[in-house]
Amino acid sequence: MGDILSNYDILGAFWVTIQLSVLSAVGALVLGTVLAVFRVSPVGVLRFLGSFYVNTVRNTPLTLLMLFSILGITYILQIPFSQEASRNAYWWAVVMLAVYHAAFVCEALRSGVNTIPAGQAEAARSIGLTFGQSLREVLLPQAFRGAVAPLGSTLIALIKNTTVAAVILGTAESAGLLAQITENEGASLPTFFIFALGFVILTLPLGVGITSVSRRLAVKR
Amino acid sequence: MSEPLVVMTDVNKHFGDLHVLKDINLSVGRGEVVILIGPSGSGKSTLCRTINRLETFETGSITIDGKELPMEGKELAALRADVGMVFQSFNLFAHKTILENVTLGPIKVRGMKKAEAEKRALELLERVGVAHQAEKYPAQLSGGQQQRVAIARSLAMDPKVMLFDEPTSALDPEMINEVLDVMVELAKSGMTMIVVTHEMGFARKAANRVVFLSDGQVVEEGTPEEFFTNPRSDRAKDFLGKILTH
Repeated sequence: MGDILSNYDILGAFWVTIQLSVLSAVGALVLGTVLAVFRVSPVGVLRFLGSFYVNTVRNTPLTLLMLFSILGITYILQIPFSQEASRNAYWWAVVMLAVYHAAFVCEALRSGVNTIPAGQAEAARSIGLTFGQSLREVLLPQAFRGAVAPLGSTLIALIKNTTVAAVILGTAESAGLLAQITENEGASLPTFFIFALGFVILTLPLGVGITSVSRRLAVKR
Repeated sequence: MSEPLVVMTDVNKHFGDLHVLKDINLSVGRGEVVILIGPSGSGKSTLCRTINRLETFETGSITIDGKELPMEGKELAALRADVGMVFQSFNLFAHKTILENVTLGPIKVRGMKKAEAEKRALELLERVGVAHQAEKYPAQLSGGQQQRVAIARSLAMDPKVMLFDEPTSALDPEMINEVLDVMVELAKSGMTMIVVTHEMGFARKAANRVVFLSDGQVVEEGTPEEFFTNPRSDRAKDFLGKILTH
């Protein structure tokens, strides 16, 4: 057991997991918000693009997206992030995690928008706010507050889904390292528990925090 | 009548097969207070909402202060800023404090400085009697208080005309008067008002004209006194009979 802890950089692997999570969460939040705006916009083409994106990406396995980023985009289309294979895989993993979870963020936000009574948008328009101002000042702030819980679930799913990046990242992140340790040292329950514990430490406080934030921010009507 | 401020000419609107507004012609003068009254489904709320294009219409024209209603976009937003609207369900911004509700429009639309907007907002909240609630959120106020804040929010934009879409229909009876008092005071101050309401006391006290709608048409119009005591059309008689006899 001690051998495993000293021979393998488990903390380092979890550090990569955290980096992947944070970077792709930011990306997913930004892209997902843009998509949600598309999906509620009065312009038909944008609504179509938004729902096309969500339906396509949400229904594609993440593993497939990961493999596509390397085999398809890097090798066949020749669009690498970096000449160095590990750097390239790292950034493609971030992008694909963001792209994939943006679809879920979009739907979480859209469900948040749906909790807002129609009168809020009408009141915003009637005092002369433009569509963009109505979104920024009235609709999105309420949508985010109403969507904290589903956004939190998406974030937790994202953290765990970073393990899928192992298919292109190899042993750099936690799931890849677990596979390597198992391969070299044989399967052992303590090894599994160490990695499981790592994820519990990352996600459990987050879940508790989200519940309390969503209670505090809930818009009272 | 004074110089016309809101002019509707041959306005038609359908909801699917339903012809909700039929060749509406209505002119409201500056400083005039007009009551829209009529049975449920007569199109009075829809009429009120077409004036700032919360509802679209198909044919005809609506001008406000001589300017035709633009279709969409920034120009329409600019025009809406000049048309105050008070809703049946108040529609205060639920995530903003009372003060922020009143200052949002002046700051974002008129480009007013925050301090100046707050000073003016507090004056308006004082005028409608809820200044001491400025830091609270809408859900913490009673319906009557919320509706008075909604009136202050509209007033903060210095509108040329104010639309009231059944402003007292969602209120408990004991709160109706506190809102009507504010509206009467507003009417006396010379505000141009178009009010959808069944409050006859208010109509008698503050209105210059009552417009009776039925099935999407203007059936009859006249002074409140004429209309309520001596309606000419059968439909108006029938309607008043129903709302007066209990």
